[in-house]
Amino acid sequence: MEERTIENRKRKGLPKTVYALKDGSVYTRLSFPIMGFGQIARGQIVKGILYMLTELFFVLYMLFFGGSYIAHLFSGNLGTTLSGERWNEDLQIFEKIKGDNSFLILLYGVVSVVVTLAFVWVWLMNVKGSYENDLRRLKGENIATFKDDVRLLVNERFYAPLLILPFIGLLVFTVMPLVFMVLIAFTNYNYAHMPPGKLFDWVGFANFKTLFSLSGGTSGFAFVFLRVLLWTFIWAFFATFTNYFLGLAIAMIINKKGIKLKVLWRTLFVLAIAIPQFVTLLLMQKILDSDGILNKILGTNILWLTDSRHLSILPRVMIILVNIWIGVPYTLLMCSGILLNIPTDFYEAARIDGANAVKIFFYITLPYMLHITTPYLITQFVGNINNFNVIWLLTGGGPVDNVYYGGGTQAQSTDLLVTWLYRLTTDRNPKYNVASVIGIVIFVISAVLSLITFNRTSAARNEGAFQ
Amino acid sequence: MMKGRRINLRRWRKTAANTFVYILLATLGALWVLPIGYLVYTAFRVTPSTGIINTLVPDNLRLGIGNFSRLFRETMFPTWLGNTMLVSITSCLLTTAFILMVSYALSRLRFKLRKPIMNVLLVLGMFPGFMSMIAVYFILKAMGLTNSLVALVMVYSGSAALSYYICKGFFDTIPKAMEEAAILDGASQPMIFAKIVLPLAKPIIVYTVLTSFISPWCDFIFANTIISDRDKYTVALGLYKMINAEKNSFNDNFTVFCAGAFVVGGIIVTLFMSMQRYYVEGVTSGAVKG
Repeated sequence: MEERTIENRKRKGLPKTVYALKDGSVYTRLSFPIMGFGQIARGQIVKGILYMLTELFFVLYMLFFGGSYIAHLFSGNLGTTLSGERWNEDLQIFEKIKGDNSFLILLYGVVSVVVTLAFVWVWLMNVKGSYENDLRRLKGENIATFKDDVRLLVNERFYAPLLILPFIGLLVFTVMPLVFMVLIAFTNYNYAHMPPGKLFDWVGFANFKTLFSLSGGTSGFAFVFLRVLLWTFIWAFFATFTNYFLGLAIAMIINKKGIKLKVLWRTLFVLAIAIPQFVTLLLMQKILDSDGILNKILGTNILWLTDSRHLSILPRVMIILVNIWIGVPYTLLMCSGILLNIPTDFYEAARIDGANAVKIFFYITLPYMLHITTPYLITQFVGNINNFNVIWLLTGGGPVDNVYYGGGTQAQSTDLLVTWLYRLTTDRNPKYNVASVIGIVIFVISAVLSLITFNRTSAARNEGAFQ
Repeated sequence: MMKGRRINLRRWRKTAANTFVYILLATLGALWVLPIGYLVYTAFRVTPSTGIINTLVPDNLRLGIGNFSRLFRETMFPTWLGNTMLVSITSCLLTTAFILMVSYALSRLRFKLRKPIMNVLLVLGMFPGFMSMIAVYFILKAMGLTNSLVALVMVYSGSAALSYYICKGFFDTIPKAMEEAAILDGASQPMIFAKIVLPLAKPIIVYTVLTSFISPWCDFIFANTIISDRDKYTVALGLYKMINAEKNSFNDNFTVFCAGAFVVGGIIVTLFMSMQRYYVEGVTSGAVKG
């Protein structure tokens, strides 16, 4: 009888918390304000004490630190008082006053909101857990002991202990900074508004308007943005697929039956990985310099990396070539590892059916490779959209091209969105707000791209295909 | 008679094809080795000036280790080397553990939030890292950790969970049958993870260890933001500053820079050589059949 009503309640679809308040025992209701009460009352001492400590910590945090920042964050402005000295009429002295700092208000505000959300999540667990105990008592079942909880964590819920630490790291070093920087896009934080000297404030979508409105003419932000965007895509496409297919080709050649000295050949390429990327890039930049060794050997005077004629086509091609030099060893290593993992019975079966080498490649090798490496290709493509080092160390984003990229946008002709972003934040006149909008654009592009491809690939749909 | 000629023809074609492949490999190999050769030569070059060489035929061909003694005596390279070792070993252990944990959970375990978590991780990985660099700096500052090696370790391994794909892809290919057999034998989840899946995943573990060990040797941007004391530099930051601190430093310190790059390269090569065997080992191919 009791059980049926429980089932009926669930069907109505209200959150469990509501029932916990409505139908829960006194203990459960008390655990709304006092976390852990329901657990301790039912004998789950350790769990209960942990909940109580969490609540204590949260209250103290809010009282002494987070509370004021959250209040500031939601007050509608990011601080009004500048720090400085103020004349105190009563004491007849100049008083030092600690003013607001928009930057810290925003940063610690975000931190405090995240802490609050985490607390709410724990609080919900506490209430639900207590209500769960009530239901178990009604059904005449035993309340889970601490030992039972631990057993659950190493069996059905083994994912929880596995995921908790990596996710805390993620929260602190990725999620919080990102939320913060996304919020910057809606402020006027730039060289003219640098706290604590000058405060910044919310400006709504004004920065988005600056970047996307065509009113600036063909050298204004909107056109420059489109040019940079187009080049970012061209670069990412070529950088990803040249590396992948060249790496696969070389790996297949080395793996071919009858080729001797496999280790030697592989080592020749892998050696390139040993040199840190930034060293290689600085070295290549010097080799390709107008006075560099390549021009000396060829007896020419070609501006490999700085020729801005024909839309800087030469520097662009050189960047992609240098990237092949850097990237192919990695794909070569990865591909040769996976090639060896292809079950040999696939090949035997194909050979018995009379398939030739080309057919075997297109019907077995390539599908298998793509099945395993599609996620890798997606990450590589997105990685190349964000490939800072290659561009920054080879050309620095240059050459400067005032015809197509001028107008105070601080962009240059081989800039990717991400190097443009970097220049906007590290320039002598930083524009954090515009940089942040560009960051959001990069994110939207990559997010849309990879969510579509990722969910359509066989790797995601059909994880067990080759098991 | 006819048969013999056909066999000869086939053998000849095979030899021709192989010769072509060898020439191709040798050419490509040379293309990849030459710039490294240039670097190594510069590192061992003996000259009065330590600048860059741009002539095809060098003025003299004397080799020596003068650049290395300059590197170890006149710069803080030994300290930087120690710092980098410390940072990369710690962050490599943390990163590898994190990646293995996350990808195992997402590949072999089934739970309600699995797909949403995978999508969230995918989305988070798509924000450019630089965008949040300033915010990361201030979060570290709030923790009182800027200008310390601990901060570097935290930054390098903090977002490790984002790069779980490759490892998960590998875990996906390990046959379920072995796991089921273990469950029948009464193995718990942690035991399956440690005793069955991890030993099979050796190549991918080696891959993860290598990549995460090497990244602190190559990063100068985050290090540049977080570290400001010369005695806390990592090798990458030190070398980068060596030739980028002043305008003409490329011409002043280039041979010493190459010597430093050679040392770093040597360490990484040794590591790779000793690990390469695992890297290309086909492990699962025999696991179920055998």
